[in-house]
Amino acid sequence: MSENQIHDWIRKQVADNDVVLFMKGTRQFPQCGFSSQVVQILDHLGVDYRDVNVLEDMGLRDGVKSFTNWPTIPQLYVKGEFVGGCDIIREMFQANELQSLLTERGVAHDQQTQTA
Amino acid sequence: MPMDANEIERLIKKKLPDAQVTIRDLAGDGDHYAAEIVSTAFSGKSRVQQHQLVYEALEGNMGGELHALALQTSAPES
Repeated sequence: MSENQIHDWIRKQVADNDVVLFMKGTRQFPQCGFSSQVVQILDHLGVDYRDVNVLEDMGLRDGVKSFTNWPTIPQLYVKGEFVGGCDIIREMFQANELQSLLTERGVAHDQQTQTA
Repeated sequence: MPMDANEIERLIKKKLPDAQVTIRDLAGDGDHYAAEIVSTAFSGKSRVQQHQLVYEALEGNMGGELHALALQTSAPES
């Protein structure tokens, strides 16, 4: 696939799924500590999301970086918008901002969940 | 390939001259860093835009030569 085709495919994933996580490994078996942290946060919040394993395709791994203009994996999309990588997601989760964002965008999650 | 903390700081300050940069070597292996960066360039920008500025400053080293750099960015409190 050309880079354009890969970008089209990514565009379709983030349009068709409310929450998409581009990650190394799968949500069941993350293969990188940073991807694993975001999986734990999303699972903790009870969010339904599509996981995309970039390790399965080198073109996808590079394509998602150029699509987002972001050099690292994981990358989280909510309602088609790039929200951040591991640091930003963790920071937002700890400040309860991620929960607010999900609520604002109408994404179902466990409302009772608060950070300690 | 490890990258020196001073080199990271130099690249950031080249792009953001007013930046206050604090870098910690997390694992002591010269490959896993955390950087706290305060710069007026971050004012009014989203976190994603702030981190993108830092990645630009690192001139393509991030995700390549530099494997892990945890970022915390903010604008100075006025």
